[in-house]
Amino acid sequence: MKIAIASGKGGTGKTTVASSLVSVWGAPLIAVDLDVEEPNLHLFLNPEYTGARTADMEIPKVDSALCSRCGKCSDLCQFKAISLMGEILMTFPEMCHGCGGCLAICPEKALTPDIRELGEISWGRIKTNEFLMGRLRIGEAMSPPLMRTVRKQLHGMMNAGSLDVSPKDVIIDAPPGVSCPAINAVMDSDFIVLVTEPTPFGVYDMKLAREAFTPMDIPMGVVVNRAGLGNSEIYEYCKASGLEILAEIPYDRGVAEAYAKGTIIAESSGAMKDIFLRLAKKLKEKADLPKNPGGAS
Amino acid sequence: MKKIAVTCESPSLDAQVDPRFGRAAGFLIVNPETMEFEFIDNGSSQVMAQGAGIQAAENVARSGAKVLLTGYVGPKAFQGLRGAGIEIGQNLENITVRQAIEKYKAGGVDMATEPNRMGHGGMGGGRGQGRMGNGR
Repeated sequence: MKIAIASGKGGTGKTTVASSLVSVWGAPLIAVDLDVEEPNLHLFLNPEYTGARTADMEIPKVDSALCSRCGKCSDLCQFKAISLMGEILMTFPEMCHGCGGCLAICPEKALTPDIRELGEISWGRIKTNEFLMGRLRIGEAMSPPLMRTVRKQLHGMMNAGSLDVSPKDVIIDAPPGVSCPAINAVMDSDFIVLVTEPTPFGVYDMKLAREAFTPMDIPMGVVVNRAGLGNSEIYEYCKASGLEILAEIPYDRGVAEAYAKGTIIAESSGAMKDIFLRLAKKLKEKADLPKNPGGAS
Repeated sequence: MKKIAVTCESPSLDAQVDPRFGRAAGFLIVNPETMEFEFIDNGSSQVMAQGAGIQAAENVARSGAKVLLTGYVGPKAFQGLRGAGIEIGQNLENITVRQAIEKYKAGGVDMATEPNRMGHGGMGGGRGQGRMGNGR
């Protein structure tokens, strides 16, 4: 089962929930940080790294001696990464999404593959579990291409090892928001946990997240963090829209103190551990429900 | 004399210069001797989520103009325009297209050696949209 921990609003507690679930899960698991713009799951899980590699993407390089200035590549590219400027064919590598369309369409074979570095992916172990993360290169504007590389690596890790435990369960720490990176992180999961807080910002951004994720037809549930703060609107909204509240984490200074020390919240007290054990149990029950076949692969 | 492209808010010599380059409403391509002009709509750039400056530079390059008069040009558009051999006169605003042409002909427009507007830093960043120092 692949569970994505997402939110509309940033800072609601995705990493708090993800790291705590990893701590109490109790079955072979891969923890993945897909918030590649600012990964922080490793700060709580302290993995022992066993490997790393740079990730890159194919971009076009122009041989102007072969180019006939037909403009087919320039017309095709929706992102202006390759553009016929008068008589000169120019590339803007940072605009390229790596689709390869220009390389395929060029009738003169004047374009050859070059690479743009996207960032680094690294992996390792946390006790009996595995860990995987991506870190975007500073200056790189697009995170989905790197996220695709991380997901490819994850696919290999899920199906590796003995057959009785594969595919392994996966917990994904997703980036906040509702744009391409957030969609990319949750799109092939079996369940989405929306972490929110009972404030007007929390409610508003969770509505956006629900609207953005609904067309993917992946079941969703809510974790209310900082419960006791704010007002009751989040509960009314969840009830009205049929979203189950899976857990509530109380608004408590102790949580903030533990977080600031890099402590996994589920390991900060017995009461907190119970909250996450119950959440893990509920999520595992969701996995047993009949749903989209093959979704876990 | 070389044809001049001027960013404009509407298709007239008495229209205001549109200070935005990439997202200008359009361009007047003017023959500075006869003041005859044609209008190029830049709507194809205005609707783009990203790459508007590059698309606008492509539109100007295709028009055959060799000089551009406008307000602010970002780094990618600047690179594209210079690549196509187009000279760039920037920092023009609150004047009409006609006044911009007259100013250029009188030698009153400094031709740019670098972009005067920072890039948007990719998608959703919202960074660096302020102007870089215009003074020199």
